Amino acid sequence: MKHLFALLVLTLTLCHGALASAGSELTVMTHDSFSMSQDVLNRFETQSGITVRILQSGDAGAALNQAILAKNSPLADVFYGVDNTFLSRAMKAGIFEPYAPAGIDAVPGALLLDPENRLVPVDFGDVCLNYDLGWFTAKNLNPPSSLEDLTKPEYKDLLVVQNPATSSPGLAFLLATIGHFGEDGAFSFWQRLKDNGVLVTGGWKDAYWGHFTAASKGKRPIVVSYATSPAAEVHFGKDPQAPAPTAAVLTAGSAFRQIEFAGVLKGAKNPEAARKFMDFLLSPDFQEDIPLQMFVFPANTRAKLPEVFMKHARQADTPAQVSPADIDASREAWISRWTQLMVN
Amino acid sequence: MDLPLDATHGELSMNAARNIPRTWLVLPVALFLAAFYVYPLWEVLSLGLGQAVKDVSTLAPLLSSYYPRVVFFTFWQAVISSILTLGAALPGAYVLARHDFAGKSLFETLVTIPFVLPTVVVAAAFRTLADPDTLLGSLASHLGIFTDGEQQGLYLILAAHVFFNFSLALRIIGSFWARLHPAMTESARMAGATPWQAFRTVTLPLLSPAIAAAGLLVFIFCFSSFGVVLLLGGYRYSTLEVEIYRQAAHVFNLPLAAVLSIIQLLVTWGAMRVQSRFQERCTRPLSPVTNIVPLTRAARTPRLLARGYLTAVSLVLVAPLLSLALESLRPDQAWSLAAYAGLFENPRGSVFHVPPMAAMGNSLLYALAATLMAVPLGLCAATFVHTRSRLARILDPLLMLPMTTSAVTLGFGFIIALDQPPLHLRSSWVLVPIAHALVAFPFVLRTVLPALSAVPAELREAASTLGAGPWKVWASIDLPLLSRATLLGALYSFVISLGEFGATIFIARPHTPTLPMAIYRNLSLPGSQNHAQAMASATLLMVLCALCFLMLERCKKRMWGDF
Repeated sequence: MKHLFALLVLTLTLCHGALASAGSELTVMTHDSFSMSQDVLNRFETQSGITVRILQSGDAGAALNQAILAKNSPLADVFYGVDNTFLSRAMKAGIFEPYAPAGIDAVPGALLLDPENRLVPVDFGDVCLNYDLGWFTAKNLNPPSSLEDLTKPEYKDLLVVQNPATSSPGLAFLLATIGHFGEDGAFSFWQRLKDNGVLVTGGWKDAYWGHFTAASKGKRPIVVSYATSPAAEVHFGKDPQAPAPTAAVLTAGSAFRQIEFAGVLKGAKNPEAARKFMDFLLSPDFQEDIPLQMFVFPANTRAKLPEVFMKHARQADTPAQVSPADIDASREAWISRWTQLMVN
Repeated sequence: MDLPLDATHGELSMNAARNIPRTWLVLPVALFLAAFYVYPLWEVLSLGLGQAVKDVSTLAPLLSSYYPRVVFFTFWQAVISSILTLGAALPGAYVLARHDFAGKSLFETLVTIPFVLPTVVVAAAFRTLADPDTLLGSLASHLGIFTDGEQQGLYLILAAHVFFNFSLALRIIGSFWARLHPAMTESARMAGATPWQAFRTVTLPLLSPAIAAAGLLVFIFCFSSFGVVLLLGGYRYSTLEVEIYRQAAHVFNLPLAAVLSIIQLLVTWGAMRVQSRFQERCTRPLSPVTNIVPLTRAARTPRLLARGYLTAVSLVLVAPLLSLALESLRPDQAWSLAAYAGLFENPRGSVFHVPPMAAMGNSLLYALAATLMAVPLGLCAATFVHTRSRLARILDPLLMLPMTTSAVTLGFGFIIALDQPPLHLRSSWVLVPIAHALVAFPFVLRTVLPALSAVPAELREAASTLGAGPWKVWASIDLPLLSRATLLGALYSFVISLGEFGATIFIARPHTPTLPMAIYRNLSLPGSQNHAQAMASATLLMVLCALCFLMLERCKKRMWGDF
């Protein structure tokens, strides 16, 4: 038995060794929501002669924390997927090398949150209210057009949101209210939402697939989701020519912009390949692949958007503003205050 | 102590030199656990505690009213969940132990499926219970259970825990009950006791170790419940495991996560200790399974009661699963097989959205690797625990701990600990089947242990008297007699690995998505095609698990399994 076990371990170790010993190899660490086309990756590999190995590990928070824990012997060369709510933590941990990739000049200044370019914006998406168009037409009711509307009696028991303590869109929506109303105003707004029958779920999946009338047999026609969700509804719907069944609310200050960053890890084994990969991330080839893979917007303004995005996906003109430093300093306090308010 | 060993104790020690060194069999298990459990866990906990010493303020949240409330809630929801599970399973254990009926194997198979399904699928299935348009949903809403209100999260958590653990309690109690000789109850009845009196004064005390063992095991699983609470609990209900995940993955307060992990480990370890005592009492060789009466020949009232119970259980447990399958066949509210055609396709051409069939291939490979590790580990561990030595008694509950350890904590531990040769495995695919084996091997241990107690010591003696060496005795006597139990354990490991999601997700791994991960990814984006494909993949997973369990029922016949 022991021999069998030893043999097994040996075999596994050998397999592992064989897999790891390729030519110029680059390891990219990311979270579980990352996605890209096989074609696009193949093109990069052929052109650069670099073999890309992608590691995934949990959600954005878990993946970043693992990268921080591995600071002294990095797991990867490039990290993709630090969002603006975790930006300050990543900066403080000092795990990224500055590098300004080619193409950064085509990124709008509002997305460039790190002047030293240790972290470079690659994509962004707006978290906002989505509503079921069919439901509001059938009920002959005007859909909400702002955050303030949600506290009106005609929208009682219609909204489902996610718990900011456990869900990333949930936290983004809480941040939108804080950016829009200020901290104290936001919590009195939440008190009114509570009085108006808001339903809170643990995560996006349960809210969308479990309660949102447009996607489930649930009873809530308003849900917190992304401004690109209507485009995804059409793209993954039965008929790509059909109108979107849902719509997003993007009036001033009602959405929170999640920006995703990538960077070269300090102590990378293959820094040169890492910088080439960073250039690739901002290149039109990768940037134009982003919308239909991850359903967010590319950071590079020169990237062309697919038709379904042109038709059905929108961006907030003036998203609510909360700085990464404020988020880092107050995240836990805001979440506990929110939990206190909602539980009591 | 089990009887056959006691009776021949003198001869055994005389022949000790000729016996295989059973105690030493713990060595491979200990090495495996040391490398992939104790060491990573130690590293991450000591890192957390080290930071706590430097900056005590990180532990300040413990003083707020929040954490005591979380600990309290974790505890009492686990207690209530186990009581409810026992209450639901007890009549079933009786029916399965005493009666035979058409579709018995199918029934046992179907009720076991929830135990191995990924939480995200179960949560989706469970939603149908809260849907008033369905038969069950309308019943539930009449009873006021699954209303769209404040308490819904709590009811859903409790119901999902019963749903998950029902088969566990059913199997542990049922297999024990089947071995209780009915003569004892019959004589009480003869002496004039009513059926209830006979049950209360004779059967119940005899059953109590099995009930306690089952109840404690369910308690342990519910105490460390993660996915169910995260997905169904809303904001009101949080358990220790969810808080550990939050502190480690989101807040990055490792000191607090370490302290909470230690609290959780201590409680589950304590419960495991008590549980393994009761489990030990259940593995006493009793009379073999006898007196199974076909249900059609039972008296009218018990027959009707049993039928009613079986129907109700099938409805409540199987209906959500069926509704999943139905949803996969009705994307966009119209009958279609499109979702199944999609199982072979990757319309997005993405690196990560592999066709579900390819994900199934990955799942099967991982499951095979996990089983290949879990079975030898489980066999060694069982042979060792069976010695009932002092060391075995101390280690037995510890062997079960990996099943209930916070996955994110262990995932972080892998990152810090496994970064140097010979264990430079922290970003290798091998960690996935290793993590699965950690969760699965206790199941092999628990299925093999009772069979081991049933191996007559005389047979070993006879073989060694005839000149067989210790390994020869083990290979020619023990192994064949254990083969059925081993197969059972292997199937359990395989199926557990197929459905595993919670531990896999926090391991830094190359992109070889398993079926549960493919389902999870499909559910991460809007669009009816994504939903239909997730439902089709979930149905595929259920069918796969069902096939394994039907095989399991086949080889369980005439076997004394404890799970």
